[in-house]
Amino acid sequence: MSIADFIAVLPILVLTIAAVAATVLAAFRTGHAFNAALAACGFVLALASLAPASKAAPRAVTALFSVDAYSLFFTGLLLGAALAVTLLSYGYNAGREGGLAEFYIVLIIGTLGAIVLASSVHFASFFLGLEILGVSLYVLIAYFLGPHANEASIKYLILAGVASSFLVFGMALVYTELGTMEFSRIAMRAGAGAGPLLFAGLAMITVAAGFKLAAAPFHMWAPDVYEGAPAPVGAFLASVSKGAVAVIILRYFLQTGSFAIGPFFTVFTAIAVASMFAGNILALFQKSVKRTLAYSSVAHIGYILVAFLAGGRPGTVAAGYYLAAYFVSIIGAFGAVALLSGKEKELDSITEYRGLAWQRPWLAGAFTAMLLSLAGMPLTAGFLGKLFVAGAGVGEDLWFLVIALVVNSAISVYYYLRIIIALFSPAYGEAAAPLPGLPLAGSVALGTLTLLLVFLGVYPAPLLSLLEKAAAVF
Amino acid sequence: MILVWAVVIPLLGGLAAWLSGRLGSAFPRWVSLSALALDLVLLLTLLDGGPAGSRWLAEIRIEWIPVIGAGIHLAADGLSLALALLTAFLGMAAVAASWSGIRERTGFFHLCLMSVIAGVMGAFLSLDLLLFYVFWELMLVPMFFMVAVWGREGRYRAALRFFIFTQAGSLLMLASILGLYFVHGTETGRYSFDYADLLGTPMGLATEFWLMLGFLAAFAVKLPAIPFHTWLPEAHSEAPTGGSVVLAGLLLKTGAYGMIRFLFPLFPDAAATIAPVVHVLAVVGIIYGAVLALGQTDLKRLIAYTSISHMGFVLLGIFAWEGLALNGALVLMVCHGASTGALFIIAGAVEERTHTLDIGRMGGFWSSAPKMGGAALFFALASLGLPGLGNFIGEFLVLLGSFRVNAAAAVFAALGLIASAVYSLWIIQKVFHGPAPPEAGIADIGGREAATLASMAAVLLWLGLFPGPFFERTGIGTAASMPTGSEIEREAVTGVAGRIGREKSGRPPGLARHGAGEGPEEMRGRQQGK
Repeated sequence: MSIADFIAVLPILVLTIAAVAATVLAAFRTGHAFNAALAACGFVLALASLAPASKAAPRAVTALFSVDAYSLFFTGLLLGAALAVTLLSYGYNAGREGGLAEFYIVLIIGTLGAIVLASSVHFASFFLGLEILGVSLYVLIAYFLGPHANEASIKYLILAGVASSFLVFGMALVYTELGTMEFSRIAMRAGAGAGPLLFAGLAMITVAAGFKLAAAPFHMWAPDVYEGAPAPVGAFLASVSKGAVAVIILRYFLQTGSFAIGPFFTVFTAIAVASMFAGNILALFQKSVKRTLAYSSVAHIGYILVAFLAGGRPGTVAAGYYLAAYFVSIIGAFGAVALLSGKEKELDSITEYRGLAWQRPWLAGAFTAMLLSLAGMPLTAGFLGKLFVAGAGVGEDLWFLVIALVVNSAISVYYYLRIIIALFSPAYGEAAAPLPGLPLAGSVALGTLTLLLVFLGVYPAPLLSLLEKAAAVF
Repeated sequence: MILVWAVVIPLLGGLAAWLSGRLGSAFPRWVSLSALALDLVLLLTLLDGGPAGSRWLAEIRIEWIPVIGAGIHLAADGLSLALALLTAFLGMAAVAASWSGIRERTGFFHLCLMSVIAGVMGAFLSLDLLLFYVFWELMLVPMFFMVAVWGREGRYRAALRFFIFTQAGSLLMLASILGLYFVHGTETGRYSFDYADLLGTPMGLATEFWLMLGFLAAFAVKLPAIPFHTWLPEAHSEAPTGGSVVLAGLLLKTGAYGMIRFLFPLFPDAAATIAPVVHVLAVVGIIYGAVLALGQTDLKRLIAYTSISHMGFVLLGIFAWEGLALNGALVLMVCHGASTGALFIIAGAVEERTHTLDIGRMGGFWSSAPKMGGAALFFALASLGLPGLGNFIGEFLVLLGSFRVNAAAAVFAALGLIASAVYSLWIIQKVFHGPAPPEAGIADIGGREAATLASMAAVLLWLGLFPGPFFERTGIGTAASMPTGSEIEREAVTGVAGRIGREKSGRPPGLARHGAGEGPEEMRGRQQGK
């Protein structure tokens, strides 16, 4: 490896060093603020290192990584999301029992796994990244022990373990058939003729990805896990964890052209439509905000898959924009929950949100904006995301998927509005008691996310130009 | 620039009103009222006429998202301007109507109200389809809040239903907009959301038909046309008075405007194909709305159902797609905005005083509130189409014009007029005459209410007695072949007989007539392959 190679993977190196440094320093200083600041610094430095890395790009670093506009864009997005989660966690964790230093260390390691996925072009790094991410999540979900958290963590552990074994077996089958684990070579060799083993391998990889993405019909774990996990970890799960898998799956399919193989286009169409309907219809019946958001994120994977299936440049740009918009909205929504949750219990039941708009107008306003963005209303990022996704679908004549998207967007309005109505309805008697003050770091994060949400919804040009470059990689 | 300000001023005014709400509840009202007055004056300056040779009185283009061919393109012709003026005017009426009714969170209320008005204004002035869609949706969220926060008992259900119905329609329109965008892009290589570019996009009839249906869905829900009307009675009756005024007076008009501005010009052949079906829906709506109005016991609900009936006339007028009927539809839109808005204000005033909208518990208010009774009688008469008031001109022209296109539809539509006479007079009879309930006696309308109602009455009288100038300025289709204001008046006088005489002089009947170059100029542009 040359110096340029090291510079190209600088974000990964920075996070690795940050994780080690945080582990070492945690032995000496266990203060909460110190450890949170350390993690935040790690993410900021990693973000800063994108600048030199982008000078070295595009570059293939060993057979495992490809640092290009695509990987750099998504690395930045994932790091930004992780930073926001760190800030939100700080206020949420403050004053809780037990050592908090490890929370941030694990958060750094999980993010490391995510950004490894963003630049992987090889099965080995794909699997490694996914496992680093997954193992961190087991810890994060159950970090603050409790019956719900334990159940959630064990559920995630078992199902993610099953998914990983599917993934490994699928990769092995593809390797048996094609004799390579590099995405680019898979593309070349798969074209020559696909045997049954390749089909089986691809099918197993699809199942594993479906689990990780919480796409229907592999979404069953999502609501329980999102509900049981601490709210900032919910944000991490819904954004970084899901996003990183979406990023590598998109790259995998764009590079290998696996959609074109046999029935996979139909299979993914079915998964997309099933995710949309399952997510949105089940969300209608939820009484918990976190479960609602979990089902909503299932539906959002369905929308993103429309962009995947459209493929090509417009599809990639749309998927990227949608992911960015979705990141901002879902982290913001979970962030609002995190900011409102007290030390003893999470604010979770929708009825508990009654009257918040009059007690906490700014926070409720930000939460409302996030929900409207998830619903896809104009002037928020979510609208343009949906517009680009629908546009990519229409451009490829995927009318069936576009109509499904339209119908589902209309259904989804109901459950987002239900939360908004709760926020704006009169409070119950005792709920009018004064609420504790809001943590500063989290408020700043939520405020920034809200501004970003509106900016992306009104002026998409800067992000679009970045995405155009990213899409040009393929 | 005036057009940009016309949209921005209500928004800024709303923000200012919201912030000023901390100082006291009276501030937001004055701030909103003055912002809208400023807006109205600004728009009135456009009446002077635009640059020579342009079909627009004013036009502005600003770059927005060049990558996908979306821009900020605002323009106003007579049609847009008439509706924009109505928007500012009814906005002021809505502020006045909420003056004493909204006591809590006045700042936020006015923010919502002004955002709705900005959205409506933007929708009337946008010529970029994406921008139009943004404004189209912008009115939705604040309207939802107005109903959900300040409404009556059933407000959550009503607000949700309103939002989901309109949103479902809008999303179908969005899909159609995208479809049109790609059809145009692949045909011409130029991807654009601009109205001027998309006009005359060459496409097969089947494609055109499906794309048209998406637009029709959005507009028919908003209008509302049967069977997409179920959100309306609830939303109108649960909303606070100011919200009802804006809903009935303005939001419904955006649907009609969209049909005139976008649906017909963009999809002329498909619209002509579906016109007979829409005629039937319109006539069913006219009669259904009127009949259901007769059965209501809630005053606001009753007025809401009359809206369905009146908007049926507008729909019939538009889908006749004929000079007289179109102009009639436009007049009717303006007059319906004023008369129904006024009736909602009166209903709100009654509710404020008696704390009920149950007609059964009202009666004999004339003796204690003669001014209110007089005003109610005036607007009820306007609503039933009394000659001399604007609604009559509108409905008459619609019937006259649509008779040439679809005689049966016009005949059945005319039946609706009878029912409207019954329900209008019934309101007066039940509420203001008859035996008074024991706790009889309500305070009469005060100066603010009187001024609001008087200005609305003035609009109706002006359009009823002297509509010529209105047609001169706003007549749809200012092309030479279209009747001018004075011609419309003359035509209204000579009546159907004269028309039929001309009809026999050998012009092909029906919608096919656009091909003969008689339609509004978008059509002609298409013919010339613009």
